[in-house]
Amino acid sequence: MSKQLNLNKRPISSKIGGLLFVLPSIITVIIFVYGLILWSVNVSLTNQNSGTKKETEYVGLKNYTDLITDERFTHSLGNLVKFTVVFILGTLVTGFIMALLLEKGIKGEGFFRSFYLYPMAISFIAMGTVFNWLLNSARDEEAGGLNLALQKIGLGFLQNDWYVSQNGAMFSMAIPAIWQMSGYVLALFLAGFRGIPDDMREAARVDGASEAQIYRHVLFPQLTPTLLTILIILGHISMKVFDLIIGINGKSYVTQVVAVYMWEATFDQRNYAKGTAIAIVLLIMIAIVVVPYLRYNSKQQAYR
Amino acid sequence: MRKGSIRLIAAASVMALAITGCSSSSDDAANTDTEFEIFTWWASGGEAAGLQGMVDVFNAENPDTEFINASVAGGAGVNAKAVLQSRLDANEPPDSFQAHAGMELDGYVRGGQLEDLTSLYESEGWDEIFPSDLIKAITVDGKIYSVPVNIHRANVLWWNPATATKAGITKAPETLDEFFADLEKFKKMGIPGLALAGKGDWAIAHLLDWMLLASMGADKFEGLYNGSTSWTGPEVAAGIKNFQRALSYGNKGAGNLDWPDAGKLVTDGKAGFFIMGDWASAQWQSDGLVLGTDYTYAAAPGTVGTYQWLSDSFTLPVGAPNRNAAIAWLKVCGSKAGQDAFNPKKGSISARTDSDLSLYDAYLQSAAADWKQDRLVGSTVHGATGNNALMAAYNAGVGKYFSGGFKDNAGLAKDLAAAYEAGKA
Repeated sequence: MSKQLNLNKRPISSKIGGLLFVLPSIITVIIFVYGLILWSVNVSLTNQNSGTKKETEYVGLKNYTDLITDERFTHSLGNLVKFTVVFILGTLVTGFIMALLLEKGIKGEGFFRSFYLYPMAISFIAMGTVFNWLLNSARDEEAGGLNLALQKIGLGFLQNDWYVSQNGAMFSMAIPAIWQMSGYVLALFLAGFRGIPDDMREAARVDGASEAQIYRHVLFPQLTPTLLTILIILGHISMKVFDLIIGINGKSYVTQVVAVYMWEATFDQRNYAKGTAIAIVLLIMIAIVVVPYLRYNSKQQAYR
Repeated sequence: MRKGSIRLIAAASVMALAITGCSSSSDDAANTDTEFEIFTWWASGGEAAGLQGMVDVFNAENPDTEFINASVAGGAGVNAKAVLQSRLDANEPPDSFQAHAGMELDGYVRGGQLEDLTSLYESEGWDEIFPSDLIKAITVDGKIYSVPVNIHRANVLWWNPATATKAGITKAPETLDEFFADLEKFKKMGIPGLALAGKGDWAIAHLLDWMLLASMGADKFEGLYNGSTSWTGPEVAAGIKNFQRALSYGNKGAGNLDWPDAGKLVTDGKAGFFIMGDWASAQWQSDGLVLGTDYTYAAAPGTVGTYQWLSDSFTLPVGAPNRNAAIAWLKVCGSKAGQDAFNPKKGSISARTDSDLSLYDAYLQSAAADWKQDRLVGSTVHGATGNNALMAAYNAGVGKYFSGGFKDNAGLAKDLAAAYEAGKA
């Protein structure tokens, strides 16, 4: 009897043991992630503002409705959208093309993979400093960086203002980000290609499909989950972009994005209510992108 | 552990204050604190050397107090301000912290985070020895909350004498008309007349701040910040028009440049004039350039006889753990010995009118002479007349105008008006 009881108890006690091990991280995550999100939501519903006001009181959704008419917020948001679109498209296309080339079984594939992945090892802030010099807007005799390089290879007419031009600023900001992340996309796509069993290609070949048809109808459809993963990863990197922008152009208005404006509102203006409201908007935007993906992923996991 | 001991000391010093407070003014309490912590962003170069000069004076007078410098590096305190704010909000203030004198302290004052130092001004005689314009500018509702340790001048015109001679300019332009005529001469010579630095927007805002002052005069300019001059009125419109005209003589690629880069264009002979605060002089001297041969100066055109100032100051936060030591420090900050130890190295002048001029270089001597006799007007972009909210919106408005190719004058006036309102909210 007693032996059997012991046997029954064992899984429970090991469950508790396991729980005890993860408990510290659960508690800290609850406090420092979810607790502070709730705290921020709370602050964003007040008028807490160390920059000006003395008394703090609840003002409902006023901070959020104010953001709608805040020209600087809409400007930052517009900049972010431009950046995101160019960055994601640019990274996807370059990464995919590179993966396609390597997938063909080129010599020294391992070398190229690490070669293109390497830029990821550089922090955004260090890269920002370097691209700040490369993307110098001075032209002709004064030129340096990319403008000088363009002149040297006879493409002087392509010289432009880069990140200080009124309309093209965010597109230039995407250049370093694309340069950095396309190697990562390359690695992910390559892994996707490698995950497809060779039997499938063979079967398609036996059925008389051309190489192009094999890619179009056999390989590409199987890369959809990879593509989705990449979109999510790039999407949330892009929306949080902050260090790259600060590294290249500081807090200048022309390249201001949502995270930079949030920082300015919180720490320069010390308007915490506004800062947290911007943060929550950013959080919701990212959640809209990430949460459906997480749900999709966990469903996939359940099917397996 | 350390936090606990700080709390104990704090409690002890509060008790000590409570006991001594009834008999005499609390400011006279002897400094018996064993520790003293200040918060500054002077972490390198002449700033750090100047601070050390003041610390030496403090240490000589307070040998039993350990001086702790919680400096956080980063230009103009971009990082330091965030750290400081979190400490103030957590009610764990340092004993004293650095901030621009004037409206930049507005938030701390309204938040009740600073102690009134007016009695210190009386007991130390500062109300006599600091210029009355300055006292007036840093007094809020009859109270003063900080001790200015230095004065920088914002409205200074810099140029390279050799370049000017080549362009046929023989004397400094005193009016805006002369200024524009000289810009034209530089242009004819084939170089941009005015060096601009667009990165981070503030240096362009600095230029606008001067141009508004030069265009409308000190009275109307001060009116902008007390509500008697309208931001959307003709004075500002005329100022912006002059600003637009001046920008058109600027260097290409200004958006990439920080102010030292733009300054280098001038000292290298690649641009004509440069409007920048007098920290430019300290920067160039540390680069090995010589005042008088490599660069020279004058009061910015249109503002001769007006001194647009900004000032670094130290404060006494409410709840400072080592309050007596902090008061001893503030006394050093305001003293002649302290200011003359700090300023020659920092490249600024003493806020006092009785400093020992033999310690300062030729530029600073002339600035000190002007400081005594000129009309004093605060700088907007450096926290004297505008609080943090105003400055942030002001810089962004100028950044928008400048990056948009400086076309939308009416839009800029509207943004500036909104910035002023943001400061009042």
